[in-house]
Amino acid sequence: MAVYNLTINGKKHQVDVDPDTPILWVLRDNINLVGTKYGCGIGQCGACTVHLDGNAVRSCSLPVSKVAEQKITTIEGLSETGTHPLQEAWLAHDVPQCGYCQAGQIMNAASLLTNNPNPSDADIAAGMNGNICRCGTYTRIQAAIKTAATKMG
Amino acid sequence: MNLIKTSHNRRSFLKTSTVAGGGFVLGFSWLTACQTADPVKEAVVKAMPKEWFNINSFLKIGDNGIVTIMSPNPEIGQNVKTAMPMIVAEELDVAWEDVVVEQAPLNTKDFSRQLAGGSQSIRHGWDGLRMAGATARRMLLEAAAKQWEVPVGELTTSEGIIYHKGSGKEMGYGDIASAANGMVVPEEIGLKDPKDFKIIGTDRLNVDGKKIVTGQPLFGLDIQEEGMKIAMIVHPPAFGMKLKSFDGDAIKSMPGITDVFSINTQPKGVELQWSDKNNVFPEMVAIVGESTWQVMKAKKALKVEWGPGSKSESSADHEATLTKFMSQKAKEVARRDGNPEAVFASSDNKIVERTYTAPFLAHNTMEPMNFYANVTADKAILNGPIQTPEFAEKSIASLLGMDPEQITIDMTRMGGGFGRRLYGHFVTEAALISKQAKSPIKLVYTREDDMTHGIYRPAYKVTYKAALDADNNLVAFHVRGAGTHGSPVFANRFPAGAVDNYLAENHTKESNISTGAWRAPRSNFIACAEQCFLDEVAKEAGKDPIDFRLALFDKAIANPVGEKNDYDAERYAGVLKLVKEKANWSNPANGVHRGVSAYFCHNSYVAQVVDVVMEDNLPKVQKVHCAVDCGIVINPLSAKNQIEGGIIDGIGHAMFSGMTFDNGKPDQTNFDTYRLIRHTEAPASIETHFVDNGIKPTGLGEPSLPPIAAAVANAIASATGERLYSQPFIANKKVLG
Repeated sequence: MAVYNLTINGKKHQVDVDPDTPILWVLRDNINLVGTKYGCGIGQCGACTVHLDGNAVRSCSLPVSKVAEQKITTIEGLSETGTHPLQEAWLAHDVPQCGYCQAGQIMNAASLLTNNPNPSDADIAAGMNGNICRCGTYTRIQAAIKTAATKMG
Repeated sequence: MNLIKTSHNRRSFLKTSTVAGGGFVLGFSWLTACQTADPVKEAVVKAMPKEWFNINSFLKIGDNGIVTIMSPNPEIGQNVKTAMPMIVAEELDVAWEDVVVEQAPLNTKDFSRQLAGGSQSIRHGWDGLRMAGATARRMLLEAAAKQWEVPVGELTTSEGIIYHKGSGKEMGYGDIASAANGMVVPEEIGLKDPKDFKIIGTDRLNVDGKKIVTGQPLFGLDIQEEGMKIAMIVHPPAFGMKLKSFDGDAIKSMPGITDVFSINTQPKGVELQWSDKNNVFPEMVAIVGESTWQVMKAKKALKVEWGPGSKSESSADHEATLTKFMSQKAKEVARRDGNPEAVFASSDNKIVERTYTAPFLAHNTMEPMNFYANVTADKAILNGPIQTPEFAEKSIASLLGMDPEQITIDMTRMGGGFGRRLYGHFVTEAALISKQAKSPIKLVYTREDDMTHGIYRPAYKVTYKAALDADNNLVAFHVRGAGTHGSPVFANRFPAGAVDNYLAENHTKESNISTGAWRAPRSNFIACAEQCFLDEVAKEAGKDPIDFRLALFDKAIANPVGEKNDYDAERYAGVLKLVKEKANWSNPANGVHRGVSAYFCHNSYVAQVVDVVMEDNLPKVQKVHCAVDCGIVINPLSAKNQIEGGIIDGIGHAMFSGMTFDNGKPDQTNFDTYRLIRHTEAPASIETHFVDNGIKPTGLGEPSLPPIAAAVANAIASATGERLYSQPFIANKKVLG
């Protein structure tokens, strides 16, 4: 066990965990931020996507010991009131079915739009290919990202 | 207005208590939960009610007119949590913006069929949900009439307000809810004419949408309780193996580990439910500890000795047995019309024969199996994702020697179901672990546990044979099916009833690999085989594939063969005609190759046309046109979402997915080896059209999945000339690269 100081959604947290503990489980078990989901544990499904200094990473494969000063943002911290253009577009297009993968999808899409504010259809599809939606909401995810990109202009 | 007796489910409409816990605190987004289809519009925020009045088991009304409607059935992503309360709200006649939805716990006294399966929630719930709203409205009216001393027949309602035209009086439901609570439940009740529906048939957003997109706790895995520990299981690594011994002491010293022991969920004498019988791993090791990661590490470190239980089986052996069945007459003849053997023997007829194959499939819900349990000497408190809570309660009662009254089961939103959570062995496992560990626990399956402890879609094989006479009429049809634990053939479905000489036979392959219901059981395979085959037969007959099918339906309408045909040929033909028109079937754009498919299952009818284009010499699904007849559509916005999801799910599994076994050991253990459809592989566009016929609603969770694989395969055949007989199609490198 070791003590780590983390910045999550703009707040400081101190946790005492094994150094190899993935950030996913620190968030879920220690900080009680459960919006970030466990899907596969091997970085294949994207359900656990969070931002590390603004870039999408798979938190199931990122040990707490590697985070250091980098700032973590989770779905709970993407916007203060749940009104990020992607969150609003997700609601407007009624994207979710079961909803389990959607936090990871939104976090990945947010990073995608930061790096490419005006993505083509192919850019969106390729950029989202690491995030599995078992319910098959891909066409709505595509439409929601386009709507958000237009709004963020 | 239709009058309907309320005797059915009457106990659900009786009051339970006068006041239900006034002033309790609800979550942050409760008032915005049911806002209109425009999420940007500010919701009208009303003050929280000081008191709630129970009108019946389905609803309570706050003193300010806010209504809480219970959604009785489990939510697995099929969106019944929005649709079922919409039906209650319609007949109650309240504004949807004033409705708060709550998930009901398991309550066998007040609700019936609290189950998510077979696309039946809306179909079975329809009458009861309407009556719940209508009887409550009537009781509010009776109470208002009594207070105003006017005949109840002079009162009208609109959006939660009661009006008396003669006196100009009006009052909100909240003002009279307390008095309505004491009213007698009417013996007979009038229901709205569907043309007067204001909520049913309109687009309404998912009531949990805001919570989903902001990452609020909703799912079983999100449960955190005081003193709760994490539990995991270690199950046999191969089908046919069983637990011999394990070295628990070696991992007990690992950080955070508090307990290691074995459990048996099916000891002698325990009464097994339908939902328990497919589970072949009753004995396993349980590890309990403080945090998920610590238990995961201990699980990897645990040394276990496994022994043989029954003969292990490999996919190759399984496939060989199914292949052998295809050339053998089956003992089980499911249906026979006319004399098919004689027609096939006639040299005047042209014979078409094809065989179709599909592998085992895992459900792979994105949220792996899990459950919370807190079992003490006199009660068991359970919470989590389960499609069959009533079975789970019975299993636990028998296993723990408790009365059902001692057991509480709450249902979380589920991160997918697809049939996997019909089999609640993980609920009984959680209960046993909590009892033995003497602690509240959350049982968590890893992805590997989830995929290798499956209740899989069976592996299937089917051979079709058709005879065309000199005029290219379909004069005989033979289907011989085989599958793990049962044949995929539905003997009385189309084209039975449309062919004079018909034979359906079933072979069963017994196996120690556990199988069960997987989204649209049996249909998920047989629809593809049947609709691919009919496409080839139509081509052999030199006919357009839609016209060929329509001619068969004409025959089934005018002169049906046999009496047991379990489809309505007019509705079946109806969706084909609708998709033909909407897709502009006869005039595809340049470079677009098309395939069609239609299927009836789970009481709903679906027809699809797929547009394939060639990109870099490979076929790509560009667009899907879909026509659906499910009767009245409750919520078109989410109904379309279900259709789209079923289509993408169906394409994905037919194209890419499969489970295989080597001496009982699953070859696929996680998403690096088990391929699911991804974003770039989904069709760019899906267009859904509903038949508007006012018929009582039927389900949508499954029906769009079965036909789509055939529509894709038929479109690929028109693009490339290659027919696809074996799933996953991607294994056919020549076609798909």
